[in-house]
Amino acid sequence: MQIPIEYYLILSAFMFIMGIVGVLTRRNAIIVFMSIELMLNSANLTFVAFASYMGNTIGQLFVFFVMAVAAAEAAIGLAIILALFRNKMTLNIDEVNILKW
Amino acid sequence: MTQLIYLTILLPFLGFLINGVFGSKIKNAFPDSIGEKIIGTIGSGVIGLSFLIALFSFFETLALPVEQRQTIVVLFNWLDVAGLNVNFAYQVDQLSLVMALIVTGVGFIIHIYSIGYMHGDTGFWRFFSYLNLFIFAMMNLIMADNFVLLFLGWEGVGLCSYLLIGFWYDRKFEKSTTADAAKKAFIVNRIGDFGFLLGMFLIYLTFNSLNFNEVFSRASSFGVDESVFTFIALFLFIGATGKSAQIPLFVWLPDAMAGPTPVSALIHAATMVTAGVYMVARCSIIFASAPAIMTLVAVIGLLTAIFAATIGLVQNDIKKVLAYSTISQLGYMFLALGVGAFSAGIFHVMTHAFFKALLFLGAGSVIHAMHDEQNIQHYGGLKKYMPYTALTFLTAALAISGIPILSGFFSKDEILWYSFANGGLWYWIIGAFTALLTAFYMFRLYFLTFEGKERFGHEKHPHESPKLMTVPLIVLAVLSIIGGFIGIPEIFSGQHGNLFHSWLEPVFKNANRKLAFYGSHSHFQEILLMVVSVCAASASILFARYVYLKRPSVAVKTSQRFAGIYKILLNKYYVDETYDALVVNPIKKSSESFLWKIADNKIIDGMVNGAASLVNFLSDNIKKMQTGIAQFYAIVMMLGIVVALFWIMLSL
Amino acid sequence: MSLEIILFVILGGVAAVTSVIVITRPNPIISALFLVLNFASLAGLYLLLNAQFIAVAQVIVYAGAIMVLFLFVIMLLRPGNEEKIFSRNPVVKIIASIVAGVVFLQIVYMIFFTSPSNSVTGEVSASVNAGTVEAIGRELFTNYILPFEAAGFLLLAAAIGALVLAKKKFE
Repeated sequence: MQIPIEYYLILSAFMFIMGIVGVLTRRNAIIVFMSIELMLNSANLTFVAFASYMGNTIGQLFVFFVMAVAAAEAAIGLAIILALFRNKMTLNIDEVNILKW
Repeated sequence: MTQLIYLTILLPFLGFLINGVFGSKIKNAFPDSIGEKIIGTIGSGVIGLSFLIALFSFFETLALPVEQRQTIVVLFNWLDVAGLNVNFAYQVDQLSLVMALIVTGVGFIIHIYSIGYMHGDTGFWRFFSYLNLFIFAMMNLIMADNFVLLFLGWEGVGLCSYLLIGFWYDRKFEKSTTADAAKKAFIVNRIGDFGFLLGMFLIYLTFNSLNFNEVFSRASSFGVDESVFTFIALFLFIGATGKSAQIPLFVWLPDAMAGPTPVSALIHAATMVTAGVYMVARCSIIFASAPAIMTLVAVIGLLTAIFAATIGLVQNDIKKVLAYSTISQLGYMFLALGVGAFSAGIFHVMTHAFFKALLFLGAGSVIHAMHDEQNIQHYGGLKKYMPYTALTFLTAALAISGIPILSGFFSKDEILWYSFANGGLWYWIIGAFTALLTAFYMFRLYFLTFEGKERFGHEKHPHESPKLMTVPLIVLAVLSIIGGFIGIPEIFSGQHGNLFHSWLEPVFKNANRKLAFYGSHSHFQEILLMVVSVCAASASILFARYVYLKRPSVAVKTSQRFAGIYKILLNKYYVDETYDALVVNPIKKSSESFLWKIADNKIIDGMVNGAASLVNFLSDNIKKMQTGIAQFYAIVMMLGIVVALFWIMLSL
Repeated sequence: MSLEIILFVILGGVAAVTSVIVITRPNPIISALFLVLNFASLAGLYLLLNAQFIAVAQVIVYAGAIMVLFLFVIMLLRPGNEEKIFSRNPVVKIIASIVAGVVFLQIVYMIFFTSPSNSVTGEVSASVNAGTVEAIGRELFTNYILPFEAAGFLLLAAAIGALVLAKKKFE
């Protein structure tokens, strides 16, 4: 393979950072969840890159499990958002601050 | 019986506890006079028992050969820390037995007297419990075999003095209250105690022990520089001036007359004030090794004697005259110690206990009869109402003036002789002049009180005191007469020698050897001086009789002619006012303005309150971190990740 | 200019650009759609890395199931358009961006410092053999059977949980 592995790693780092910025700055809860999915995918990319360059299956198995967990987490998270929306009629996480001092 | 000597200390303590705990209950359970008799019997009985035990111990010790006359009775090991080993132990030797007999004997007599004097007082049981506590502390002081136990007794008698002076805590006294007088006594004593403590520290530093036997044997054998002895002796003497009312710490004793008269008799005449004399005598070897301090002791004793005698000349309160007389006689005792006549000083302690206690008790009898009137200008002619009191008072006055045969003659003349032989002519001159003044003011007191015209209205019915009060007076009078025979000087007693002197001689052996007074001044000088002082005393008695009995106007005219001096003497040389201005008020002001307002309020309170408000301020600001917004927490987590990544980067 | 490099540039570029768009659009539906595009480009990258099974699983699971779920929820809830990203509370957002930038630089530094190219071989044949369904199935059902079953249980629990949480309460 001709592409050095660092390029894949930098790409996944970039996607990870974009996901973090999305989590930290967006106010819409659904966008936050999508940013989290973005971060998970960047991790997946890293795993697969390493698995491929080392000729190892285990990395890809890990990705398999990460996908399963991400799916479960997305389902639960969206269910929570639904319940939250029914109570507060807003998706703005700035207004979900009942644990404030 | 010597082994049971600790009972002499334990029994008074038991008396204190019983009267203190059950006293009020006894008073409430029985009708008045029976209750008082029970409390009085318990209080006096324990002292009487102590006296008997001390007496038996004395005869036992008398039977022993001279070298073995010191017994140590150890109760238990008190302190054992870092090389300091102190026992709760009592030393039964010649000196402590003499003091024990005086304290318990005279104490017993005064306890009996108090049953009569304090009749009807609501705090009757409290009085006896305090008196017993005092005897307990005093016995600890004199029987102790180490400095720490002595100091325990030292402080204990100071405490009891405070308790007893302020006994009638709700009464006014001169310009302030009895409580103020009690506080003054305690505080002035405390200043002396500070010196005593410093002396104790120095002793421990130098000799590595606080046990009398160890310290005194090491004082003779260690090669210690004289300056160390000087400092030790100086500090110990400061303690003695506080306890025994010498210049400069005598100011508490006149104010201590606020307490009941038996208290003045016991504590401020016979026993507590002699604690300083006892202590100096006990530490004779230390003082003998510091000649400068010996001179200081003698000079201060002499100055105090004449100083107090001049004040006593013009006082009008009967107890005040006796108080200044006490200070003056204590000056004599220190004069004796200062010139190296240690046993003469202790002899004067003994005789002074007899006649001064008698004087005070007699005064108490008079005060009792005149319904608490204490001004002698309002007395007069009481002899025909109170014959026993008058006669015993006269006996005591003769004794203190140094009239031959009576006890005061032997002890005072011995002191004057030694002050001439060991000290010099000037010591004798001033001492003899003071004796002259003593005779004068004592007989002024006698004549104004018991003889002459009656100067009181007849609403006061003076009457003789009950037997409970007069019998102790008679006993003390007998002792004042015969008490001196034990110390008849050599020139009279021939081959017997001075019995008292030879009894105490082993205790002062080392000190006498160090002082090495070579003196064989002739017997002729001694008799000459004796005759001179007796003549002077008799002359001044007759002069007092002339002034106050035959021509009272002479006294009045003299006081008007020398009005300035009269005023100074009447106001006690303004010593109290001087102390107030120089010491007391500056301390009070600086405490108030600086220590209280600034140091306590601003600094300490500020620090404590400031700590609290700092916590408040910090938490007010830190709580703002709990915004409740999850993203903010995520940012903080990211910051943590940044730090962690830096750490990893640095370690790569 | 081999095909591999061209494909990598295209697919990587699409992935990067769409990730930026996802987090910056105010309209959530546009964000969701661009996320789908991101997932698709990632699937292409997986194929480039000889991970055939994972590529297909990516398309089926992520792009096909999870994003559909997201779109369902968005359309169910109809959230309004959010304001522009930096209009409200810009300070916190700028700080967050700076912190994220610092982290990115740190990661890049670490990547280059450890230089993994020196330790991985990059043989094509090995990676091809590793990425087949057969290889993954062999590992999954023999050595990692326990995590596999556990993942199944996890999904069951998630399904039940989602059901309970989102249920309408009947009065």
